[in-house]
Amino acid sequence: MALGIGCSSRPGKAGNNKTGSWRVFKPIFDHDKCTKCGMCKTICPEGCIEESEDDFFIPDETYCKGCGICAEECPSDAITMEQEEK
Amino acid sequence: MLEITEGSHAVAKAVKMSRPQVIAAYPITPQTHIVETLADMVANGELDAEYITVESEFSALSACIGASAAGSRTYSATTSQGLALMFEVCFNVSGMRLPIVMTIANRALGAPLSIWNDQQDSISLRDCGWIQFYAEDNQEATDLHYIAYKVAESVEVLLPAFVCFDGFILSHTYEPVDMLSQEDVDRYLPAYKPFQKLDSDDPISMGMYATPEYYLEFRYEHDQAMKRAKDVISKAGKEFGEMFGRDYSALVEGYRLEDADTAIVAMGSLCGTIKDSIDEMRLAGKKVGLLKIRCFRPFPAEEIRNALSHVKRVAVLDKNVSIGAKGAVAIEVRDALYGKTMPVLGYILGLGGRDVRISDIKNIISLAESGKGDQFYGLRTEVL
Amino acid sequence: MAENSCELFDSGHRACGGCGAALVSRLLLKATGKDVIIVSATGCMEVFSTPYPETAWKVPWIHSLFENNSAVASGIEAALKKQGRKEKVVAIGGDGSTFDIGMLCLSGAFERGHDFTYICYDNEAYMNTGIQRSGATPYDASTTTSPAGKCSKGNNRPKKDLPQILAAHGAPYVATASIAYPSDVVKKIEKALNTPGPCYVQIHAPCCTGWGFEGEKTLAIGKLAIETGLWVNFEMENGVVTRVKKVVRKPVESYLKEQKRFRHLFKPKINAEEIAKIQAIADKNAEKYGTDLKLKSKSGPVVP
Repeated sequence: MALGIGCSSRPGKAGNNKTGSWRVFKPIFDHDKCTKCGMCKTICPEGCIEESEDDFFIPDETYCKGCGICAEECPSDAITMEQEEK
Repeated sequence: MLEITEGSHAVAKAVKMSRPQVIAAYPITPQTHIVETLADMVANGELDAEYITVESEFSALSACIGASAAGSRTYSATTSQGLALMFEVCFNVSGMRLPIVMTIANRALGAPLSIWNDQQDSISLRDCGWIQFYAEDNQEATDLHYIAYKVAESVEVLLPAFVCFDGFILSHTYEPVDMLSQEDVDRYLPAYKPFQKLDSDDPISMGMYATPEYYLEFRYEHDQAMKRAKDVISKAGKEFGEMFGRDYSALVEGYRLEDADTAIVAMGSLCGTIKDSIDEMRLAGKKVGLLKIRCFRPFPAEEIRNALSHVKRVAVLDKNVSIGAKGAVAIEVRDALYGKTMPVLGYILGLGGRDVRISDIKNIISLAESGKGDQFYGLRTEVL
Repeated sequence: MAENSCELFDSGHRACGGCGAALVSRLLLKATGKDVIIVSATGCMEVFSTPYPETAWKVPWIHSLFENNSAVASGIEAALKKQGRKEKVVAIGGDGSTFDIGMLCLSGAFERGHDFTYICYDNEAYMNTGIQRSGATPYDASTTTSPAGKCSKGNNRPKKDLPQILAAHGAPYVATASIAYPSDVVKKIEKALNTPGPCYVQIHAPCCTGWGFEGEKTLAIGKLAIETGLWVNFEMENGVVTRVKKVVRKPVESYLKEQKRFRHLFKPKINAEEIAKIQAIADKNAEKYGTDLKLKSKSGPVVP
């Protein structure tokens, strides 16, 4: 692959870095408590919370670093952090 | 058309006809007449460009980065302290491979403060990855701007270029200059087509950082581009000659060098004085010639070696000094002649605006003939 | 909001878990949409988002140096004007590049009146190089170059008032915001983008690594900064404060004690004298901007 002139690059390669491997705690989403407000998606620093077809929110474990902001900020306490078995 | 004009005005006209779309510059002596003239041209509607009156040279070249990255042909001019303030930006421009052209009205660097000419400023930036041209007179200074843009923007090169001409000695001197017409310039230098640019329809990230896995390769490619520039400069200089009668295909140019015993090597306006000296010395039977370096980066080592292979001694005149070593040109010429046996003697002279006259050149030839060199020439020992 | 549903900032970037600045990147691009050119200063955000070739930016983006993003933005704006293009120009930098080393270029660009928006993600120290103090570091914060010790109570100077300095340049729109209030951040950036001329938005972006708190608390800490009066969210239009976030203030301790950078004010014993000085800063902020919610003390119970 030729180098991008002047250290330039087109978008699309950040995803090569699978930051999910950094995770120690994993967010567990309780859809019974979820009010579908979308706060978790708005504030996730990774931008890795997706909206599913039934309007619930699902973290992309490939990139979720397990920071826990979503759990901390969820107005309905619908997200809990659990230590991950790897 | 032949015009009697000040060097700075001639350069400004050449810049105007190169159709820069964005100009960013900060005033500094002796560059001011160039940027004032360009500002006048913009104010009068003769030049359709955005002119950014930045708050420092640092910002001048930084603004050029933005404009160039956004896809516009850009221009700046500076000298001395201003160029020193741009140090960091200069490396950035070339590493990002942005074809910015900048005029350097060569001037000494402080301390002590001096507004007068030498070439310490641009020579000190020889490692910054820009092409460096040095003009002997205002005709050359003018023509080199068209060539600089053509070479810099070539996809084989994509590197920025300094066009250096001696402050005051050339910038403030009236000389006859054959100015091209706008039609001529447009034929030689077509409208700018950026290789890549910041554009929301086709987004790219520019100026990313390189980890140790990549940095070495980026520097190698930068060096390769500079080496390719040699051929591109030759071609662009030849084409210029074919179109307008002044051939700039050679990166170095000999004067009465073919049968010379002693060769002088120099850059910039000094070459005019040297040529006159050579004519006088030749009349007195001394076989002296000149090798003028017009392009210092890329460094034409092979061309220098070929041009000087037959001489008995080489005297290199440096309007700069790498303190604690020698003049930069002497060091590099000696390197180009590695393995040859003739003495290569360096003379540091003309610093901070000290005049260099025909008699000085003759004295230097005498010193060279007696094997004395690697010294400051013309010291006023009475003040030491 | 432009293109709200489309993520223009990619996952896979290398920010610390719980990074405030990473959220700023996302919110910024939510506000700008795709028709923008971003000029990033050297710093955490630049480094975590663009190791070659893995850029997280799906919009045109350029990084040049630590201190020149405003000047680069000036050049881009001039080029776009010349080419008749309509993209918005945004320069972004941390507090180190904005308050300190980039001040010359920033002042020049604002004085010249370029049509661009400058975003400062303010995490109150040089985080990329390892938490050294900047002109934005608050009073008494312990950093690696203003460490608390026997002879030091941490950073001995108050935070530089950069919004006022830029307002004094004649900037038509200057605002402060906090990632603790994401929709307010987006709204203010949109307003800056749609106001012709040089606009400034300074966004409080708590840094869990540099300030010493757990990553999940990033927004909570930001909220406390506002609730204690140590950070004020306001908008200035043509030099006049037009909107302020009002709060029922909490004592500054509730903010300070959550962060390791202020731990020396509480351990080994409480330094009441220094805490009082910080309380005075908050009181002054509240008075200057009128952030205190007026409580109807005589007519029944208080409902904040």
